[in-house]
Amino acid sequence: MAQTFSEKILSRKVGRPLRAGEVITAVPDYYLSHDNSSAIIGEFKKLGLAKVKSPEKIVIVLDHIVPASDEKYAQNHKTIREFVRAQGIPNFFDIQHGVCHQVFSEDGFALPGKVIMGSDSHTTTYGAYGAFSAGIGRTEMASIWATDEIWLRVPETLRIEFHGDFPAGVFAKDAILKVIGDNGADRANYEAVEFAGPSASKFSLASRMVLANMAAEMGAKNGYFEPDDLTLEWLKGRARAEYEIIRSDPGAAYEAVLKYDLSTLEPQIACPNTVDNVKPVSEVAGKPFHQALIGTCTNGRLEDLEVAARILKGRKIDPRIRLLVLPASRVVYVEAMKRGLLETLSEAGGVILNPGCGPCLGAHEGLLAPGEVVVGTSNRNFKGRMGGRDSEIYLASPATVAASALEGKIADPRKYL
Amino acid sequence: MSKGRVWKYGDNVNTDVIYAGKYTYQQLEPAEMAKKSLEDLDPAFAKNVRPGDVIVAGKNFGCGSSREQAAACLRYAGVQAVVAKSFSRIYFRNAINLGLAVLQSLDAPDALQNGDEIEIDFAGGRILSAGRVFTFFPLPESVMGIVQAGGLLEWTKKKLATP
Repeated sequence: MAQTFSEKILSRKVGRPLRAGEVITAVPDYYLSHDNSSAIIGEFKKLGLAKVKSPEKIVIVLDHIVPASDEKYAQNHKTIREFVRAQGIPNFFDIQHGVCHQVFSEDGFALPGKVIMGSDSHTTTYGAYGAFSAGIGRTEMASIWATDEIWLRVPETLRIEFHGDFPAGVFAKDAILKVIGDNGADRANYEAVEFAGPSASKFSLASRMVLANMAAEMGAKNGYFEPDDLTLEWLKGRARAEYEIIRSDPGAAYEAVLKYDLSTLEPQIACPNTVDNVKPVSEVAGKPFHQALIGTCTNGRLEDLEVAARILKGRKIDPRIRLLVLPASRVVYVEAMKRGLLETLSEAGGVILNPGCGPCLGAHEGLLAPGEVVVGTSNRNFKGRMGGRDSEIYLASPATVAASALEGKIADPRKYL
Repeated sequence: MSKGRVWKYGDNVNTDVIYAGKYTYQQLEPAEMAKKSLEDLDPAFAKNVRPGDVIVAGKNFGCGSSREQAAACLRYAGVQAVVAKSFSRIYFRNAINLGLAVLQSLDAPDALQNGDEIEIDFAGGRILSAGRVFTFFPLPESVMGIVQAGGLLEWTKKKLATP
């Protein structure tokens, strides 16, 4: 029986062949949570248990509001630290490490063939490494801590095939924005999305993370790239456990197959207030804005900071713009420092913030006043998400954001690259 | 079989109109939460809903935020099930984990009208109304078990108590 990746990995988990649509109980390999661990602890306590079942599978990364911006958040962090100590949870990453999805990957938990649950909607990111990873709610996470089990519906799969090479100035972010814009924010609701085709293996791992991350913005349960030599090279000396590569079978049944030619793509931008309100940057160019944001779990990696630095080197951003730069992790931060990228971005007028989620979810570090507009590399642009209720968010690639910061209005980056 | 009346809505009923964002960080009692349900979609709902009533909607019910209260408030309001053409993934999971039956039906949403009296045959996957029979994808036994226990935490408690 030919199976998709998702059917196959879940079949292995339960020891019988599964088809999309079936509901099973699975034992995850790792489970991730972040600052919301304090809320999960609250739910867990309602169960009346003294101990979590498998502390070694729990990975907690503090990243949403780091360092704590007020007393309430400080108390949340304190509650989590105390719980981690009391339960003997070995994999705890305090405020200095970075965004959970980057840290989880760098520290070798994101592995091919693993089933990973995270109480964060962008847990889909680890599909970049060939894992089955999905976001879940807090109640569910509390239950997993107690039982080491979760019910899962085996998803149908949408396959997206990429052909051709990116033209200069066009990147993974543009590709996924184009896909979401063409197909809608619920196109992959409850489905797996396999990113495939001859060009998929040409994507860097950082770029694969962009697509898998934003699969969540199509409603997907998980994203997937087939692991290859690049993946194996990355995992050397990093993998936390043995792993097995699981691939889709030829002839597996897909809900649909979409094909995209990257060579004809131009820079894309998601306009307020939905991620599927996507236009070519050329159509929106010239629109003034107030704040630029480069970073987050979507686009805060080295290749993102590099392209921004390439555009901004020896230049100054428009004085009306506030440019915030958030490396996705401490590892990225240090490497960007060594390569002089942070220096370039700072001299261009950028504010270098500590690794973390920053203002993306609207809790601290650079929120917007009512009526202000941000052009950023993050993944959601719901109304008011990053501050004032009437503030607006545009989403684009790091190159587009850097070029826009330079000009003080939304700008096509191709003339700088 | 259990009986109720239909409250009918359209496509893309989002979690903000089911349970407004301004209430999500307040700790409200179940009865209070019930009174806020569908506040920004249909102010008549919370005043007039009766235990056993059923929400019938189009596609992508529960899209948007992952807030669990958007499922809990309907259960507290006495809604016995939401029947829709499709559900957003996180809402579907949240609903089951909070003890609210969510039933995917391709034929019932277009045919049923506001105020129709209906009966739901959970085990048989059928909805009966004035001599008409519609179908839904029955929830697997394991998932229905979570709904019947009153949600995942209650279900987990029971499971932990049975050696």
